[in-house]
Amino acid sequence: MATRGDILASGWRWLALAVVVALPAIDLVLPENARFASLVPSIMAFAIIGLGLNIISGFTGLLNLGAAAFMAIGVYTFSILTCPIYPFQIGFFPGLVAAALAGGAAGLLLSLPTMRLRGDYVAIVTLGFGEIVQDVLKNLDAVTKGTQGLNPIAVPALPGVTFGVDNYVPWYYLYLVLLIATVWLCHNLRHSRLGRSWVAVREDELAARAMGLSTPRVKLVAFAIGSALCAVGGALFASLRGTSIEPSYYDFQQSVIILCIVIVGGMGNITGVLLGALIMVGFNNIVLTKLTESLVRNGITGDNVLASPGNWKFLLYGLALILMMRWRPEGLLPAKEVQAELHHNDPPRPQGAA
Amino acid sequence: MITWEIIVQLLITGLANGLIIALIALGYTMVYGIVELINFAHGDVMMLGCFLALTVVGALGGEAATPWLAIAVMLLLVPPFCAVLNWLIDRQVYRPLRAAPKLTVLVSAIGVSFVCVNLGMFWGGLPMEVFGGGTQAASAKSFPELLGYHNLLGDDAVVQLTYKEVMVAVITVPLMIVLTWFVSRTRLGTAMRAVAQNPTAAQLMGIDTNRVVGVTFLIGGALAGVAAVTAAMYTGSISFQMGYRNGLDAFTAAVLGGIGNLPGAVLGGLLIGLVRAVMEGWVSNGGQWSNTVVFGVLILVLVFRPTGILGARVREKV
Repeated sequence: MATRGDILASGWRWLALAVVVALPAIDLVLPENARFASLVPSIMAFAIIGLGLNIISGFTGLLNLGAAAFMAIGVYTFSILTCPIYPFQIGFFPGLVAAALAGGAAGLLLSLPTMRLRGDYVAIVTLGFGEIVQDVLKNLDAVTKGTQGLNPIAVPALPGVTFGVDNYVPWYYLYLVLLIATVWLCHNLRHSRLGRSWVAVREDELAARAMGLSTPRVKLVAFAIGSALCAVGGALFASLRGTSIEPSYYDFQQSVIILCIVIVGGMGNITGVLLGALIMVGFNNIVLTKLTESLVRNGITGDNVLASPGNWKFLLYGLALILMMRWRPEGLLPAKEVQAELHHNDPPRPQGAA
Repeated sequence: MITWEIIVQLLITGLANGLIIALIALGYTMVYGIVELINFAHGDVMMLGCFLALTVVGALGGEAATPWLAIAVMLLLVPPFCAVLNWLIDRQVYRPLRAAPKLTVLVSAIGVSFVCVNLGMFWGGLPMEVFGGGTQAASAKSFPELLGYHNLLGDDAVVQLTYKEVMVAVITVPLMIVLTWFVSRTRLGTAMRAVAQNPTAAQLMGIDTNRVVGVTFLIGGALAGVAAVTAAMYTGSISFQMGYRNGLDAFTAAVLGGIGNLPGAVLGGLLIGLVRAVMEGWVSNGGQWSNTVVFGVLILVLVFRPTGILGARVREKV
């Protein structure tokens, strides 16, 4: 049954897609200082990472505090296999496939010990895994080049198109296509038999088992697919930046930011995750960047710790998480079941008010 | 080559570090035992305590402060500050979510942790001399040497035992004894154990569970405050990111010993301290792998013995 809200939402979806497709053109109309479309491809990469985490934490309900580690595994697989200092240089698209395989394998590996754990213990194991991955990347600096990072790494190669640092438009449309493909994949997965078992595990693991689902296997597959997507998103982000950055970039705070993408938008809802990526990464890459630029233009520099907008970032993220959990734990665009669960104690709304 | 001197030295360093970790772990384990919440902000409450300690020392003259006076003033101010902060966090953030799913509370605890980290960074920008005069807010601050490096075993002895290690033991061990007595012998302690076992039944017996939970957060915070003072003096360096690292160590200790179990937390803390000391002082290049070992141990324990070494609390709620 399609309610008025659903139809409205799907209308908004097409409008949003149209705006996103036309954005590089719209951007040209804006004044020089306010242009931001070139910053959007990194949002798309993070949206793919968020969609991956959404499979693990949103659909299946396993709180994963180590998403950045899977991102890092994708980044470093991609970088090692495409960086000119190594003999492999397999190119962009094979690199993406390799990143996905490595991420999936890591997810599989981590889910073996966590399959039988529940709730917050899963969170702690993933958190510890994130620390271990960071440590390994740091200590194997003979391979990962430590804080220098690996660069240059492969840029996309398509016949007739050049991907360079000076023109973001090809990146924009390639990443948009990849993002749409990921959304399509997640949507179909969610409505497949597998996706329904993920949600069953999230809603009530015991009941799911009683219905004959092999819950360890269901979780294992969720971890593998979700981690593979995180790894691909990471590789896309790295390719865009032209470097693997450095191991400590993929720390706990990064994992929480990725988790915020899923939570702010609405756990388990694909559109919600896209919105979450727009808000979280957009805030970091666009709002804070523009704010800092404008402060510097007006002669206010970062000498005082309070004067730099970037220094307020974690305070704002933290407050957002706290307020969100208090007033709207289901996120801005929640999945229907999640909303129902989190509000089943609320007094019933008067008929017709909604 | 392994000599007995090396072993004794590792034991001394490991136990001193372990006692500090144990104090933080006690706060984790008490809170988890009662409200089943991994209080992510606990390590950051301790971190803010370190910044208050540094502020106090700075106000008393920094390096030139009289050591015993400075320690006394810090112990008088920092634990109450951390206790009240911890209590306020529970009151304002966690209590309204008591009936919500566990993960909701966990996520808001991460939020509190982020806020604390950011406040710690701002605090580091204070225009005081001990803070580097307000520049370089984000860099690590060195804590004034109040106790020095005088070797109590004689100037020529191979094994180092300074006033710092003695200070850690003198402050932490009696505190743990008092805590054990409090939890096992007093009325309030009994109420705490009752709430940990079964909150509903405890409430039916006339126990004000909200008050008991509040007291637990107060005590946990105070322990973190004492840990802050001792850790700042012992390690000689504080930074706004130390809360996460210390919190993880302490949480690992709590899980290792059996979460919810007080002697277990102390045992776990000592074990983690020893593991780190062995990795850093003995294994070549071990220091850079010590995190991997600690978290590897954590994962193994969770997988093979989720109740920890001493824990017997098996709770599978439907």
